[in-house]
Amino acid sequence: MAADPTTRAAPGLLRVVWLPGSDQLEGTCHCGAGYLADGPAEVWDWLLGHPVGHHPAPPRPTTRTSVLNTAGATR
Amino acid sequence: MSETASAFAREQWYVAGYGREIGRELFSRTVCGESILFWRTLAGEVTATSDRCVHRRFPLSEPPSRLVGDQVVCGYHGFTYGADGRCVAVPGQTRVPRTARLRRYPVVERDSFVWVWIGDPDRAEHTAVPRAPWLDAPGYAVVSGMEPLAAGYQLLVDNLLDLSHETYLHGGSIGTPEVATTPITTEVDEQAGSIYVSRRMADAECPPFYARATGLSGRITRWQDIEYTPPCLYLLHSRIAPVGVLPNADGSDPTAFHVEVVYAITPETEHSTHDFWAVARDFALDDQGVSDFIAEQNRTVVLQDVAALNVLQEVIDTEPAGYQELSINIDTGGLAARRMLAKQVERATAVAAG
Repeated sequence: MAADPTTRAAPGLLRVVWLPGSDQLEGTCHCGAGYLADGPAEVWDWLLGHPVGHHPAPPRPTTRTSVLNTAGATR
Repeated sequence: MSETASAFAREQWYVAGYGREIGRELFSRTVCGESILFWRTLAGEVTATSDRCVHRRFPLSEPPSRLVGDQVVCGYHGFTYGADGRCVAVPGQTRVPRTARLRRYPVVERDSFVWVWIGDPDRAEHTAVPRAPWLDAPGYAVVSGMEPLAAGYQLLVDNLLDLSHETYLHGGSIGTPEVATTPITTEVDEQAGSIYVSRRMADAECPPFYARATGLSGRITRWQDIEYTPPCLYLLHSRIAPVGVLPNADGSDPTAFHVEVVYAITPETEHSTHDFWAVARDFALDDQGVSDFIAEQNRTVVLQDVAALNVLQEVIDTEPAGYQELSINIDTGGLAARRMLAKQVERATAVAAG
């Protein structure tokens, strides 16, 4: 059975979640920084541009709210 | 960065065929623009060399070229080659030129596929051959095939990374409204070189393909978890269960139906692709009727994709320059794949440049 996409962990993992009920994409970098985007090209530009525009590795967010707060600070 | 890879990703493993295709007959397949000759030695090993005689380029797969024991005799002038590609005899003289040797390709037979390395042979051992173990493992029943596609491999990658098209292009078999409307999670593991796209439908219509194959009726929980290892191997881990039925806490999942859909995306030329497909299931293992149904249905689905992508390639080939595509959320996985493929092409170009 495939790994749960919300729990997969790997050192270089980049994740993009299409937020349910919205049209927005939430990107999470392997460094822990997050970003909210309105489309896939934008979110990949940001993720693959690491470390440009990314915070130095912050404590890993424990809730989606903290990820969104981090994202807001980077935009 | 370009959103579309424009050339082959060399320095990679590609599926050249199924093991069953290669025997004691000379067999040729073009991979990434290179015509490769395959045959099986008397000991059963698959060999892969250039399909062009070093003398005057005559295809060694073309009659009256023939296999004699473990040697290939060119049907034009009789140049004779061993399994290692070395020329062992030429007509009319005893001295065989030292440079008379067919290019040899690293080859691995695994998971029912024959994989061939396209690139510098010395680099092959440093890259793992991707795995699709269900295709040759106890506990699974498998159907498979290959359809020729008159379109570049990038179009097939786009197609398979965004399964929302199932709702529209494959509505009578595997597509239901929920596929297009369910949000996806996309992940890129840059170290492993893999892309994952997951679409998990908690309460979905059961499409005819799965209703007939599993016997389920009513609403279902349907998971589509894509695992793509560019450039060639694409896996779709499909889980079907009655609505609300989830795996056990220990990971066991005895009441669900699991289908492993495997594609090998092998460029033939820049504008044609070998579309290998296979479907492995962990249920109804001895039911030939289910095998026949899945084989016919999946081939139909593949041919629907082939027809659409062939048209799309014609459109691309004849359109004015500068067409600007539009990408939306459903394309998140496809764009990740394009970017990873572009990086592979860049790296291979750098290797070739020394």
